Amino acid sequence: MDKEGVKLMDPVLVAKKLSKKYGKVVALDNADLELYPGEVLGVIGDNGAGKSTLIKALCGAVIPDSGEIQLDGNKVSFTSPIEARKLGIETVYQNLALSPALSITDNMFLGREIRQKGFMGKILKFLDQKAMAEEARKRLSDLGLLTIQNINQLVETLSGGQRQGVAVARATSFGTKVVIMDEPTAALGVKESRRVLELIGEVRSRGIPIILISHNMPHVFEVADRIHVHRLGTRLCVIDPKKYEMSDAVAFMTGAKEPPQN
Amino acid sequence: MNKISDDISKDLKDQPKFTTDIGEKDQDHHSFDLGEQTTLKKIQHFLHGNPTIVPVIILILSVIAFGFIAGGKFFSAFNLSLIVQQVTIVGILAAAQTLIILTAGIDLSVAAMMVLASVFMGKLSVEMGIPTLPAILVGMISGVATGAFNGLLVTRLRLPPFIVTLGTWNIFFALVIFFTGSQSIRSSDIEVNAPLLHFWGERINLGGFVFTYGAFLMIGIFIFLWFLLNRTAWGRHVYAIGDDKEAAELSGIRTDRMLVSIYAVAGFVVAIGAWVSIGRVGSVSPTSFYEGNLDSITAVVIGGTSLFGGRGTIIGSLFGALIVGVFSSGLSIAGLDVLWQRFALGCLIIVAVGIDQWIRKVSN
Ligand SMILES: Nc1ncnc2c1ncn2[C@@H]1O[C@H](COP(=O)(O)OP(=O)(O)OP(=O)(O)O)[C@@H](O)[C@H]1O
Ligand SMILES: [Mg+2]
Repeated sequence: MDKEGVKLMDPVLVAKKLSKKYGKVVALDNADLELYPGEVLGVIGDNGAGKSTLIKALCGAVIPDSGEIQLDGNKVSFTSPIEARKLGIETVYQNLALSPALSITDNMFLGREIRQKGFMGKILKFLDQKAMAEEARKRLSDLGLLTIQNINQLVETLSGGQRQGVAVARATSFGTKVVIMDEPTAALGVKESRRVLELIGEVRSRGIPIILISHNMPHVFEVADRIHVHRLGTRLCVIDPKKYEMSDAVAFMTGAKEPPQN
Repeated sequence: MNKISDDISKDLKDQPKFTTDIGEKDQDHHSFDLGEQTTLKKIQHFLHGNPTIVPVIILILSVIAFGFIAGGKFFSAFNLSLIVQQVTIVGILAAAQTLIILTAGIDLSVAAMMVLASVFMGKLSVEMGIPTLPAILVGMISGVATGAFNGLLVTRLRLPPFIVTLGTWNIFFALVIFFTGSQSIRSSDIEVNAPLLHFWGERINLGGFVFTYGAFLMIGIFIFLWFLLNRTAWGRHVYAIGDDKEAAELSGIRTDRMLVSIYAVAGFVVAIGAWVSIGRVGSVSPTSFYEGNLDSITAVVIGGTSLFGGRGTIIGSLFGALIVGVFSSGLSIAGLDVLWQRFALGCLIIVAVGIDQWIRKVSN
């Protein structure tokens, strides 16, 4: 599709001419996006460029006014995040979307709870809290993102960074098709940011493509295979991080420099 | 029943030990050392994790206090069981109200909904000769439907629950007047034509304590809702929606559908209350329980459930209802005027909400 690297495979996820207005504010203006199998797509852009709105449209959290989304070549129109999630698209939202008054386990399994076996689960719909707690603990420690002593601790008692860890763990461990991360390292310390970047590599090696939104240029340039530059609600260009400097990317993003034609 | 609060108090004990991997050098802004807290802070944290403790303490203190003020008469088996009988209806309404308040809503129409359901039960079975069970069923359906109606208005029109239920309170009340023509259905007529409607008013004597079946049913409703809220996904979702509706939606909960179902379940509980209320009052009176709406909110708030949603326990509301009952009974046995009962309840509400606000500050 572009000279930055010939893609032989068909994209997993495609957005075509997505538009979204909030009153008079144009958040998305005919925005396009392609995500190819097994890649990390970095998305950069100024504050308010419409990055979050774009990925929210991809995961059902925002319903675009117009435009089309295709997953594996099939048109999809999500009316709720749960529909995207059922198709394997998991998202770390910029605001994390955790319920502070619920426990870490409850949050990990919100909307996909494990029920007890047999009568208790099928008829009475009782939750298997033990299984969920064990599973949550396992997933969190597998990720090595944070050590939690008490998995039933309420999320509101966690620090900002720990909360982000929970949100990242939730998305990466349940994502089977696409993982989207909106500023996953914003509240994290150096060590944890590093761990999240490694985690992105691990998810990619499972063959699952990732969309990574970040303002942190070194992070994006380190892990992204391609970088989508978003400006004024639409895609300005896609660049190959190996062929451009970070300063170029910032110049495109802010409009200081003309983008390459592709 | 106390498993959860045990869990939570265990959590709280664990917290000072809680360490994280998260960047040593970030510790200063990430850490939350519980170790060096003042006693007051510890209390605040404890209450935050155990929201039911406050109403339990208030209940125990008020029972002791009224024991002193009102003397032995207050402690008689008869009086204590009378208190339970008297709070049965408000207790059931408070159980329904808790579900709504946990979602950060409020339902001003519960009592009107209940009277409407009891009117259906009484009208159909006593005046129209329909067998009692189907008549009760129609009343139950009326409860679920009016509850769901509230839920639909809240979710479809995106109106605040306060406004929606202020409207439906009047609408349901008008329907009650319309169907009854302001006439009560007499207790004696019910006894002859549909004695089943009086079932929950039957009494049993347990060593001097006289309980109605309805009181047991009320306890049963609370236990049932406790399991529903704490042991099922549905219950977790009630809390998630009240806590942060947007986050709940993003985490894959269909919040609008959930809300309608919560209002419908509340309506179902209210309709059970309708049946119990006929046994309690004897007749079906269109103007009864006029204060039931506010009384149920009072019980929930005193029971430690936050009006901002997401926090509170169903059992707290049972204690809240009992506290209201103890206050009314104690103050009247002590010979105080009704106006002082109101006065005391008013103070209690403000104190309860004040404590709630204070406890909620913990999370910041
Ligand atoms: N729910 C909303 N209601 C009204 N306006 C909105 C809403 N969501 C986004 N916007 C507007 O749409 C525009 C794009 O917002 P968006 O959050 O997508 O930007 P962003 O690129 O993610 O910015 P940031 O880097 O700060 O996260 C902004 O002008 C914002 O104010
Ligand atoms: Mg954003």
